Order: sequence, then C-alpha cells, then structure tokens
Amino acid sequence: MSFINYSSREINCKIVYYGPGLCGKTTNLQYIYKKTSPEAKGKMISLATETERTLFFDFLPLSLGEIRGFKTRFHLYTVPGQVFYDASRKLILKGVDGVVFVADSQVERMEANIESLQNLKDNLSEQGYDFSKIPLVIQYNKRDLPNAAPTEELRNLLNPATVPDFEGVAFKGDGVFETLKAIAKLVLTELKKGK
Amino acid sequence: MAGSAFVMYEAEQKEIQAIIERLTHESRAKACFVIDKNGQALASSGQVAGLDITSLASLTAGSISATGGLARVLGEKGDFTATYNEGDRDNLYMTIVGQRIILVVTFNNDTSSLGLVRLRVKKASEELAGVIQRIVTKSDAGDAPLGEITDDDIDNLFS
Repeated sequence: MSFINYSSREINCKIVYYGPGLCGKTTNLQYIYKKTSPEAKGKMISLATETERTLFFDFLPLSLGEIRGFKTRFHLYTVPGQVFYDASRKLILKGVDGVVFVADSQVERMEANIESLQNLKDNLSEQGYDFSKIPLVIQYNKRDLPNAAPTEELRNLLNPATVPDFEGVAFKGDGVFETLKAIAKLVLTELKKGK
Repeated sequence: MAGSAFVMYEAEQKEIQAIIERLTHESRAKACFVIDKNGQALASSGQVAGLDITSLASLTAGSISATGGLARVLGEKGDFTATYNEGDRDNLYMTIVGQRIILVVTFNNDTSSLGLVRLRVKKASEELAGVIQRIVTKSDAGDAPLGEITDDDIDNLFS
C-alpha cells in the first residue's frame, strides 16, 4: 500500500524483488545501490546469514525525482529465495505495491522458477491481492551463462500474461535499471488510477 | 488489490506530531517515532538528528512483522502488542496502535524507566488510534489521490 503524505509532499511505494534462491535479487539491489548517486539513495540494509544468503530481507530506499511537486520514494525489498523461508516471504509482501520476479535463466533452475512464481501467487492471494492485477515485471537473469534456456522458452513458461519482461545480467547491470523503471512506472500508473 | 493508498493530510500530521512530542516529554524519552506497519516513517520527535529514520522504520516494521509471525506460530489470536528491547545504553519499546501503526519509544534508564514509558504510551496510543482511524476513513473515502497526474508526468520522471 503506497503512502502519500500531503504534508511533506511525498509519495512512498514498496517494491519487492521475488524469485528462487540465488537468482540475483540481492545482486539487482546491490547494482542499483552502486550506480545511484548518494543524494538519491539511503543506506542499503541486508539481513543475511554468515554465508551472505538473504535471511530476512534486503532493503534499499531510493528517490526517483518529483512529480507535480511530490517527491517519489521507492522502498526496494528482496525476499529470501530459499524454499524454507516462506514465513518471511509472506511478511515482506505485506503492503507491496509492485513485484519484480527475477527468474534464473539456467535450464536446471526452471523448476525452481515455476515453484517460486506459484509461491508468489499463493502468498499474494493469502494477503488479499489479485495476482493478475498487481504491477508485475519479470527479469530473466543470468543471460550470460552458457546453460541459459532460450528467452522465448522462459517467456512461455513464466509470462503467459505478457507483463513487461527484460533479459538481465544483474552483476554487470544489464537489464537492472530497465526492470526498475518498468516496475516504478507500473506502480505510479496504478496509483494514478486509484481504487 | 489489498488496499488503496494511505493518505496523510496536514491536519492529522500535526495532531500526530503534537501527541508524540508530548509523549517524548512526559515519558522523558530520547525519541519517539510513529511508523506504518509497512515500514514508512510517519512522524518523529526528540533526539533524532543524525538518525537514519528510513532504516529505523523499515527494520521496526520487519521486527514487528516477525514478532507477529511468532505469535501466530505460538497460537496467539492476534499480534504481540508490545515488544521491549534492552541495550547497554538505550532501550526500545514498541507497541502496535490500532492494528495499523507502530509507536516506538527510545529511552535510557538514567532519565526514564520502562514503567513510566509504558504508562505514558498507553495514553498516547489511545489518542493516536483515534487520529489513525480518521486517516483510514478519509483515505478510503477520498478520490484517487494522484488522479491529476498524467502519463506524461510519469514518463518524464524516467526521461
């Protein structure tokens, strides 16, 4: 749920990066953090295990500029991808305005992608969201790997509703900002429409 | 979708600010914060200069959310309504107000005590709950708050 403050003239929205374990959700946020100017970003918080796997969430606050005198602020979160952290994923989805589903392009991760997407649908519906209506963007990450499945195949499997989708190589930054822009735009457009 | 935007207007913002300024004073706290359960900071008062309030808000919401998850695992009907964290220097007391927001008080034992904070928080919570209820009613009844924004405005943000 976005938060609009007329007193401070701010629009705040929450975007969650979702996807299977090790698909590159945290890497997306790290790249955004690295490439954003200091005045446009806050501190990035990672609640991770000792082996740097996300334990609860990563968090990055970002300012994207002004619309008609309102500062737009986006709070980017990632969820822990590993299957057994489902309780945490549900908590992080609370109040979400838009979702980026990061898919792992590797052929052997196809099942994990499908399972994670189904898990997203289930968890959104549990919170009262309609999956077909929530702003959603898909990123097919790890396109540089030799065992990456053809994009068309991924699209057929994961994006039957043809939401905006992008190829990505998150650690190099390919597709990262395109994905972010697309989801931010969808969220603002949804907000403009109102209820 | 699971909810429309939560819209804060100037009048309610001032009311909330007045309540937590009084709470900070009466509980002899270091600082007080009002945070939306989704992690947005709504108001703060006291010694907050140099504090990263955005991070504080997000982590508070995460912590309260995780505590709520624990409550469910243990079979509690609702959330645990209050959480207390004790440190060497500062203590943190968090309560859920009106199911919707979190009231956070930081204090130290030199100037205040948990008993005093709990007592003052109780009164402030009741007042805050009333204001929050009004905000929710207004938010639900209002038109699309950003209806006047055009597609071009949104496009321009990314050009």
